[in-house]
Amino acid sequence: MSNEDINPGRRRLLVGGAVLTASGAACSLLSPQSASAHQTNPNRYPSNQIGNIKDLKVDVPIEITYPDTASPGILLKLGHSVEDGVGPHQDIVAFSTLCPHKGIRLNYVAADKSLNCKEHQSRFDCEKSGQQIWGHATQNLPQFKLRVDHQGDIFAEGVDELIYGRLSNVLTTV
Amino acid sequence: MTYKRNIDRLPIPPANATVQNAVCHYCIVGCGYKAITWELDKAGGPQPDRNIFGVDLSKQQEAFAKAWYSPSMYNVVKQNGRDVHLVLMPDNECVVNSGLASTRGARMAEDSYSEVTQTQLHRLTMPLIYRDGDLVEISWDEAFWLTAEITRRVVERYGEDGLIVSAYDHGGMGGGYENTWATGKLYFESMKVKNIRIHNRPAYNSEVHATRDMGVGELNNCYEDAELADTIMAIGTNAMETQTNYFLNHWVPNLDGSSMDKKKAELPGESHAPCKIIIVDPRRTVTVNACEYEAGKENVLHLAINSGTDLILLNAIMTEIAAQGWFDHEFITNHTSEFDSMLAANQVRIEEAAQVTGLSPQQIRKAAEWIAKPKNQGARRRTMFAYEKGLIWGNDNYRTNAALVNIALATGNIGRPGGGCVRMGGHQEGYVRPSDAHVGRPAAYVDQLLINGKGGIHHIWGCDHYKTTLNASQFKRVYKKRTDRVKEAMDHVPYGDREKTVEAIMAAIHKGGLFVVDVDIVPTKIGQQAHLILPAATQGEMDLTSMNGERRMRLSERYMDPPGEAKPDCLIAAGIAKALEKSWRSIGNDTIADRFKGYDWLTEEDAFMDGYHQHAKGGQFVTYSVLRQMGTNGFQEPAIGLTAGQIIGIKRLYEDGQFSTTDGKAKFMATEWRGLQAPGKQHEKSEFPFLINNGRANRQWQSLYLDQYNAFVMDRSPLPIIEINPTDMDELNIKAGDLVEIYNENGSVQAMAYPTPTAKRKETFFVFAHPKGAVANVISKGVNELVIPNYKQTWGNIRKIADRSKSTRDLSFKSLEYRT
Repeated sequence: MSNEDINPGRRRLLVGGAVLTASGAACSLLSPQSASAHQTNPNRYPSNQIGNIKDLKVDVPIEITYPDTASPGILLKLGHSVEDGVGPHQDIVAFSTLCPHKGIRLNYVAADKSLNCKEHQSRFDCEKSGQQIWGHATQNLPQFKLRVDHQGDIFAEGVDELIYGRLSNVLTTV
Repeated sequence: MTYKRNIDRLPIPPANATVQNAVCHYCIVGCGYKAITWELDKAGGPQPDRNIFGVDLSKQQEAFAKAWYSPSMYNVVKQNGRDVHLVLMPDNECVVNSGLASTRGARMAEDSYSEVTQTQLHRLTMPLIYRDGDLVEISWDEAFWLTAEITRRVVERYGEDGLIVSAYDHGGMGGGYENTWATGKLYFESMKVKNIRIHNRPAYNSEVHATRDMGVGELNNCYEDAELADTIMAIGTNAMETQTNYFLNHWVPNLDGSSMDKKKAELPGESHAPCKIIIVDPRRTVTVNACEYEAGKENVLHLAINSGTDLILLNAIMTEIAAQGWFDHEFITNHTSEFDSMLAANQVRIEEAAQVTGLSPQQIRKAAEWIAKPKNQGARRRTMFAYEKGLIWGNDNYRTNAALVNIALATGNIGRPGGGCVRMGGHQEGYVRPSDAHVGRPAAYVDQLLINGKGGIHHIWGCDHYKTTLNASQFKRVYKKRTDRVKEAMDHVPYGDREKTVEAIMAAIHKGGLFVVDVDIVPTKIGQQAHLILPAATQGEMDLTSMNGERRMRLSERYMDPPGEAKPDCLIAAGIAKALEKSWRSIGNDTIADRFKGYDWLTEEDAFMDGYHQHAKGGQFVTYSVLRQMGTNGFQEPAIGLTAGQIIGIKRLYEDGQFSTTDGKAKFMATEWRGLQAPGKQHEKSEFPFLINNGRANRQWQSLYLDQYNAFVMDRSPLPIIEINPTDMDELNIKAGDLVEIYNENGSVQAMAYPTPTAKRKETFFVFAHPKGAVANVISKGVNELVIPNYKQTWGNIRKIADRSKSTRDLSFKSLEYRT
């Protein structure tokens, strides 16, 4: 990422009025950065294969990384369809497992399909797109956007929140 | 759908960005923050030499990263008229929070006014006046003039009792020493206003009168004492949610044993073990769960008492300590008075207390043992006592507060490392004012005065009775009627005719109307009825000083501009005072006019120097320039000296055994149990099946005055939550997220049902002061002898109103408790 790229994008977006028409939810969105990034670079995120549906068992998370090997997450089959689920049963989801509070690795608890922080006890609901059930973070858990191809291969292709420990989800040296 | 920001990167502060001291403006803990600002067209980079952190940002950072901030810690704000980037992130070097941020404080940047990102655009920016059913802008001069003119005429006709004031008295956001001094000077020095109340209660009184009467100031220890204690007794406080980083950064290290080295080093010559904790709370809170996880269940004693029975429990614990001979006799003899009479009065049979509280006698005896039984080799246990709204807003406030302090004194635990008997607090503190002795004791029950037609003008400073009074249903009905009378009168006068406007307002007041001037940072519920609204600046937009729960005073610097023409409250108070001087002089009353001299402040620092510097204990050592140097660690009040540019403070009070009484001895107090004390409570309990316990929650700050416009918060809390036992829900045919009504003889309110298996049958918990439903509607007017409200002991009925809606359908209703 080049930070110099951000400001012109912001300016354009603001002039374009996309933010000005935003709802209350988007008022705090600070979408200039992300929206401008997507406008100028639609393929910003890599498309990485992270598994195949035949490898998944209900409530047995598979450890993955995305968008690079330094960013841990889980690929999870919930056993019933959820809003952001993919696959034939729309029950496959993937999340970052770095708590967006302080970066502690989250543990999956199958009993209520939640991810939990052992250090500060924040909790996130895997059946509700990573909604923080209770905790200290100021964002819900980053979820990886998934695609399944005709062979059942699962690809991660995007992230919907900033991952803990990086100021750009796709790490860059510039 | 769960709210996501879809932000994939944030701007990076360059190496030369500006860094200022900030303190969280929400809860009393006062976590240290750094405000980092830089020009909008400048950018740092991931290379260590291109960002202010000196960190390689092209790599993933580890947990507790020093150079990571969340999207909610970023915004674009105005600074000296120019838009700048702002990162507001927790300070790793602050001893209070060591880099931790709560889910409230970490949203301070996002909850700032920004024309660029459009956050908090509902902030008040200009003085507003009621005109024809709407609020329209007017100039400050006009607003000050009208405020003064009506105030002066009301005082002329009805005396100063005709002026009713509601004013915050705290620190942090909407507070601060600068502003409390200014309003205090206006109402207690220039005037002698008696009909005044505080932001969260209907009178001008202390929440903790008893401990003060006993000579024990309520913030007498330091946060480190929680790391040193053998036992913590937490009564009516849910610290994990409401003083989060005090709990995480200072209680947990003792609960999990990691402060052991510190205990051994600072307290040699006695045995040490990981902390035990006693939690007195009718409800199983997340704090209870966290303590069990951190300390092990064997070290947690949760006394889930019947609501409102704290007092008999405390008296029983005292009785047991006496029976076992576990008192600190030397301390009692040398530093206290009236011990014997207290002990005689407060004796209660353990079995009787067990029956009333719903506990077993063994639990009560165990609590006494954990508090007072000497350690191995005979060393006295170090026990810290912490209390907050469960006790303060609970049954029989005065006696219960005293009963707890009795135990702390009897076991020699005040003024001692690992001890203390402290309130946990809501906001930070920031109180320095001229004497309030004329207010009297008990103070006037101001909200009842308003209901009963008293007063002609109401000045409001950062208060919203509609959400934070008791008996709110009746209050709102009457208040609307009285203020509408003035609005109707104003409707018949041409905008520009000043004299006719004043005459019309005064005529309406004579007929029982009420003219309202509301000073606030945001539009409020009560502000809907105001005739004049004055926009205030807040922390971050002005230099502002406060102290936290261990009396740690810091200067939180101005890092952004106030919105529009908003001003610091101290300068608004000065404007009103100057206008009052002019108004009184205009009718030839120089005697009264002269009382309003002394407000020639140009900045908040002028108000600070006039107030704190001259009037606070040790204030002569404290200036902005020194505080600025002392950063987010500041010093612990009172200041006792200045050495090498550093203010010297006091770590904990009363270490010398000299208490705040005329003879220097702390005074025990007789505190007999007398059941539910407030009038009408016993009747309500017998008539209605459900306890409507109520209080704060982690994710939202107080009345949500900013959070109500924060998408992250409102996505999770679109409606007030009422926690209900699932079996009770089944019986009432209520499902998760359904809209329910809570009702009793006081009024009704609606909420969203949250199934809570740990809730006792027929005992609910309602999140207090939500803008979409004020539990205050169903709380009776009953208060104690000093007009302290009894919010907690409320009983009502519950019925379903509607199935869950779009706003609640996507919510998680899982347990709040951490699981492994």
